Amino acid sequence: MSIEVRDVNKRFGQFQALQAIDLHIQSGELVALLGPSGCGKTSLLRIIAGLETPDSGSIVLHGEDVSSRDVRDRNVGFVFQHYALFRHMTVFDNVAFGLRMKPKKLRPSEAVIAAKVHELLNLVQLDWLADRYPEQLSGGQRQRIALARALAVEPEVLLLDEPFGALDAKVRKELRRWLARLHEDVHLTSVFVTHDQEEAMEVADRIVVMNKGVIEQIGTPAQVYANPASEFVYHFLGDANRLQLDEQRSVLFRPHEVRLSREPQADFLAGEVHGIRPLGALTRVTLRLAGHHEPIEAEVGHDHPGLVGLGRGERLYFQPVPSAQAQPSAG
Amino acid sequence: MSSRSTSVIPGFGLTLGYTLVYLSLLVLIPLGALFLKTTELSWAQFIAIVSAPRVLAALKLSFGTAFAAAVLNGVIGTLLAWVLVRYRFPGRKIIEAMIDLPFALPTAVAGIALTALYAPNGPIGQLATDLGFKIAYSPLGITLALTFVTLPFVVRTLQPVLADIPREVEEAAACLGARPLQVVRHVLLPALLPAWLTGFALAFARGVGEYGSVIFIAGNMPMKTEILPLLIMVKLDQYDYAGATAIGVLMLTVSFILLLAINLLQRRIAHG
Repeated sequence: MSIEVRDVNKRFGQFQALQAIDLHIQSGELVALLGPSGCGKTSLLRIIAGLETPDSGSIVLHGEDVSSRDVRDRNVGFVFQHYALFRHMTVFDNVAFGLRMKPKKLRPSEAVIAAKVHELLNLVQLDWLADRYPEQLSGGQRQRIALARALAVEPEVLLLDEPFGALDAKVRKELRRWLARLHEDVHLTSVFVTHDQEEAMEVADRIVVMNKGVIEQIGTPAQVYANPASEFVYHFLGDANRLQLDEQRSVLFRPHEVRLSREPQADFLAGEVHGIRPLGALTRVTLRLAGHHEPIEAEVGHDHPGLVGLGRGERLYFQPVPSAQAQPSAG
Repeated sequence: MSSRSTSVIPGFGLTLGYTLVYLSLLVLIPLGALFLKTTELSWAQFIAIVSAPRVLAALKLSFGTAFAAAVLNGVIGTLLAWVLVRYRFPGRKIIEAMIDLPFALPTAVAGIALTALYAPNGPIGQLATDLGFKIAYSPLGITLALTFVTLPFVVRTLQPVLADIPREVEEAAACLGARPLQVVRHVLLPALLPAWLTGFALAFARGVGEYGSVIFIAGNMPMKTEILPLLIMVKLDQYDYAGATAIGVLMLTVSFILLLAINLLQRRIAHG
């Protein structure tokens, strides 16, 4: 089931939430809407679902214009950041809800519903919790139940609004890997909203980078990282150093795009070591440059020869070797 | 066992002791005295008083109208709470403040005002007379007065619970294909039911004991529109203290059984 967003505009009072959004999502794709808070990503997702109506433009699901169709009739699965489980129902009843709400003629028998619910609970590996209430579950478990509930009505599109946003870092990582694996198995066209670039890079087939109500760039994780369409995209996808070369020229480079040396070399600049942080496989060195306000951050392998015996206040030489440069945006 | 159990929350002994003393002084001792006074009567005398046709008629009327008023408020109060929590409109704060007025107003004032409106010669009562029925001086009038007096209970118990149900829950239900009525029936009402029962029980209990507002609008015709609290007053006027306490004991017992039943029902719901 493909999703097409055609020239969608949305305004909340004075605030232009979305401006001329065009987006085409292929059947079976897993797409991330990535951007800072207030960029319009959640509004776009809610408009695709039918929870919000655009001021103009249309939503086309699998070649069919559904703009005037109610959320109930769009056959989309929606997963909320704060789970939105029904508190007074057991896990089983939560997952069974969508099937039980079907009109009498289409409603499966309770036996069929029970089989389907257990199948889904097995899929999210939580069948043993069927009789519990949501408040007895951890955040990660709740979100997996919410996902099972959304899948129960066999939606043609799965939409997830910051699905891991309320979870702690470790569970978050586990769950997003699990979601990526699940997507490989189920192959449901899926769109998820996130403000976490790492999450988008790790899970999505394609990333839609948004800012201030417009799409800045659409591409695979490798494309947006290597060829950012604007400085905004460059900055949003990872840490960046800006080095002012002279009045006009400056160079942007990521912390790992740097060569370090203890000895002065041609085209190397001198800095004073301000901090050394071992981060596991990498070590981050913070350098202060004479005449520069912002420190430079360099990340090198923890076994880099330049690090041996290095201490604060010592002199270190570095050379930026940027691989990607932001294409100057049209504006 | 000599080991002392320690709790994170201090002062269990102190607070429990205080609670018991307080409850004894204000509730248990007066109620105990009520029962004690009743024992001046023989068992046969007690039965004769509480099974007198006039008393039974008043019992039926008091509990019947209180129940009707509680049900009515259960519906109206739920709607009011819904509107106040879910919508923002000009004048909302004023309506919000008005909800509590029935508590602040002396009940006699409420009774007189309602009677003036709903008596056969009052503006609304006239209309009812033309249509062929009576509001004031009938059980309907009593129910109306009780509905007025107990209005805040259901609204105030539901408001925080309703505000606590996130919009997302309704949206989630809609995404799963639930129609608006199904959302109300399967998602909202079950979540509200425990609080609703609390509000209902409070309104009901208050309605059973209400005196001031009812005596004006009831007309107080024996066997027809005479409520139990009034009957107690009648007995007191005749210096029949034991008879008055007998009716008091009857009211208390019936109320206690009903409230206990509501409480048990609530527990069953809360535990699925």
